[in-house]
Amino acid sequence: MKILNEMKIILPSNSVNEGAARAAVSSFLIQADPTVEELSDIRTAVSEAVTNAIVHGYRGTKGNIEIIVRLLSEREIYIRIKDRGCGISDVKQAMEPLFTTAPEEERSGLGFSVMESFTDKLRVSSKTGKGTTVTMRKRLGCNGNC
Amino acid sequence: MKINITSENGTAIAVLCGEIDHHSARTLRSEIDRFVITMQPERLAMDFSGITFMDSSGIGLIIGRYKLMKEWGGQLEIRGTQPYIRRVLKLSGIERIVKIV
Ligand SMILES: Nc1ncnc2c1ncn2[C@@H]1O[C@H](COP(=O)(O)OP(=O)(O)O)[C@@H](O)[C@H]1O
Ligand SMILES: [Mg+2]
Repeated sequence: MKILNEMKIILPSNSVNEGAARAAVSSFLIQADPTVEELSDIRTAVSEAVTNAIVHGYRGTKGNIEIIVRLLSEREIYIRIKDRGCGISDVKQAMEPLFTTAPEEERSGLGFSVMESFTDKLRVSSKTGKGTTVTMRKRLGCNGNC
Repeated sequence: MKINITSENGTAIAVLCGEIDHHSARTLRSEIDRFVITMQPERLAMDFSGITFMDSSGIGLIIGRYKLMKEWGGQLEIRGTQPYIRRVLKLSGIERIVKIV
């Protein structure tokens, strides 16, 4: 896959940056001419990953979140969201629908489910004490069946 | 994010405007709860017609208010959901416990 264009942003883990991250990613992706629904799916998936970095990854601390968005050939979008927070000890369990380590804060445990169903491919790699990287891919113009 | 809460015949109506994420949910939660805990209405209607974005934090907000209303046997109703909000709601299966009109 050829990289046609790329954006890299670094945001500190303030919750107000959840909206800033969504806005930055959407404005970069306008050039790929996504449908309203595709853009809304991507915005939601990005919001989930960035929120997780802030709420879970950097719980009780502050740190930076690195977001890379690439526009690839054949209208494929690549998004990588990385934190250097606490990491996840059991990624498989964390990705199960409704699983949350923060129920008392009204987290629904559906963040990974949203990322999974609103993109075509989701990859989570994490190391305890090192941080978490979420990679998502979505092909535009094919409704998930390319 | 803006919120306007009024009451009418035992129903509290919370009209929400803007984006619902983890950042805004905290304010929404405390504004709604302050009103609802004092009034203890039979029904709480959350009106989403002015919501332009919602992620899974919105599900947490809805489930939390559902549980709160249940404390005195009250009901929760969700109104005015746009298609993109319904996609998130559907994922949660929340339609089975909360009335969506
Ligand atoms: N970036 C992260 N750093 C550390 N833990 C994470 C991260 N992302 C997710 N998790 C863990 O995975 C769980 C599930 O995440 P998610 O599906 O988004 O649900 P929620 O955020 O509602 O808890 C979280 O409760 C948390 O324990
Ligand atoms: Mg989450």
